[in-house]
Amino acid sequence: MTSTFLPDERTGTGLAPTSPVARPGRGRARRRLVNWLTAVGFQVPALVLFIGLVLLPMLFALYAAFFRWGGFGMPSDYIGTDNFTQLFKDDVFLGDLWRCLLLVGLSLVLQLPFALAMAVALNQRLRGRAVYRMLFFAPYVLSEAITGVLFSMVFAPDDGLADHVLGAVGLGGIGGEWFADPSYVMATLFLVMTWKYFGFHMMLYLAGLQSIPAELTEAALIDGAGPWQRFRNVTLPLLAPTLRISVFLSVIGAIQLFDLVWVITQGGPDHHSETMAVTMFQYGFKRYQVGYASAISVVMFGICLVFALAYQRFVLRRDLEGATTNMRGDGA
Amino acid sequence: MKTLRKLPLHVVLVLVGSVVVVPLLYAALSGFKSTDELSRNPFGLPEHWLTGNYTDILGSGDFWRLLGNSTLVAVATTVLVVAVSALAAFSFARFAFRGREVLFMFFTMGLMFPFAVAVLPLFLILRYLDLLDNPLGVILPQAAFGLPMTIIILRGFFRQIPGELEEAATLDGCSAFGFFWRVLLPMARPALGTVSVLAVVASWNNFMLPLLVFTDSKWWTLPLGVVQFQGQYSAEYARVFAYLVLAMVPALALYSVAERQLVGGLTAGATKG
Repeated sequence: MTSTFLPDERTGTGLAPTSPVARPGRGRARRRLVNWLTAVGFQVPALVLFIGLVLLPMLFALYAAFFRWGGFGMPSDYIGTDNFTQLFKDDVFLGDLWRCLLLVGLSLVLQLPFALAMAVALNQRLRGRAVYRMLFFAPYVLSEAITGVLFSMVFAPDDGLADHVLGAVGLGGIGGEWFADPSYVMATLFLVMTWKYFGFHMMLYLAGLQSIPAELTEAALIDGAGPWQRFRNVTLPLLAPTLRISVFLSVIGAIQLFDLVWVITQGGPDHHSETMAVTMFQYGFKRYQVGYASAISVVMFGICLVFALAYQRFVLRRDLEGATTNMRGDGA
Repeated sequence: MKTLRKLPLHVVLVLVGSVVVVPLLYAALSGFKSTDELSRNPFGLPEHWLTGNYTDILGSGDFWRLLGNSTLVAVATTVLVVAVSALAAFSFARFAFRGREVLFMFFTMGLMFPFAVAVLPLFLILRYLDLLDNPLGVILPQAAFGLPMTIIILRGFFRQIPGELEEAATLDGCSAFGFFWRVLLPMARPALGTVSVLAVVASWNNFMLPLLVFTDSKWWTLPLGVVQFQGQYSAEYARVFAYLVLAMVPALALYSVAERQLVGGLTAGATKG
């Protein structure tokens, strides 16, 4: 930024200064301008696509959220923040927030620790570990639509695979209605999500574990640390960046959860499995209250933003801590 | 002795493995039964292996049309997002220019915003552009939302290519684009493979956008078809299972061929993002 004031443009960070006032004459300046135009020229297609189809829609939602609007023509009925105040009085939306929190909580307490345990188990020399890894990750590759339809049938009331299995081991009393039962639906949904996503988190952890130098755990072993101590005091701290990313992805996933819910329950029974994205979809595309649905989009965006900024702070702090871990994916 | 000590671990892994596999296996076996037999005999092997459920689906044109649509959308999305991202990543990795870091931040910001957040206004824009019931209405947004991850991965890879190569190419009279096209891209084949696999899988599994954009069943993709088929044949469990299994095959086939790219790309993308 301040390169204009530097007597020699070669000092600095290696970023080419582009100021046309730079000392050594106009030829240089022109060449630098050409260089800048070339560099930015390569960005143009990506910028057009990104601005037109990612950024503009977001900004437009922010605008439309302040109108009562059915989605046709331009929004004109300005109602200030009414959509937002109404939103936070809406029991369904408040329920969405609660269910989002519930899913995040369950993921943090059950799904991610389980994935971590599997990663630690498969990080050691073990017969058949390549097969297990491949197997555990496979559900992640299937689409949410397929997963949803599959499990709506596995958990079909009273006659699905789940009921037959439970009946066979003498636990016939559990379950029964599954997705159709308001008090079971979220637990069942969480089971399906765990089935589908734990393999992904496991793979992240495995990549993280493999970047921890073996010398560190060996040193701890020589110092007489037991397996739990080695895990708690060596492995876990060094895995922290990976854990943070996995938590971040898990939270973002819960905020935008749509496909699975839509395919399996459409939010039912009686809104008991509805998520923010489903509510937004209902209002925006079924009831044509586009202004109100935009307000939901904006709140989802806000939650993502706050969370992402908090995450950024962590990442920055991690970087400031210095390169204790050399976290580089191998690129291929 | 050593294997004996690991026995409990193996028991746990086999248990988890069966929880993963049993629903899939159950679906595949059920496809060979009649719906009647399915309720009488949910676990066992089929009494008579009926292939009718599978062959009926494969024999009708519907399934192949869905498959074709999914393929078209996935391939077009991938070509577009990889081409556009490669250009941008090249500029980020090999040029020093004012505003570079700001611009890069701008793109990486896109990682934080899930698709579901933007889908409503996106739909309005697509309607305004008359792109509903048009494959471009799915291809363009998918490519746009794929940019951040693809750019990040490719930039990382392009940076690792030594600067001497660029100097040599420039001395030989290569332009910036010439270097990109004739030197960088051929060298970056593994990274291009990785991001392509990621883009194909993301497009293949996308549900929400095609659901909104394609009201005409002519353009439907496989995920829409699966959901629609279940609605249509809700009483005929065995048929739906057969359909599910057939719909899984392409994704699982791709996974078995490109497991390394997929897992490597996802973990690299996540750790760098």
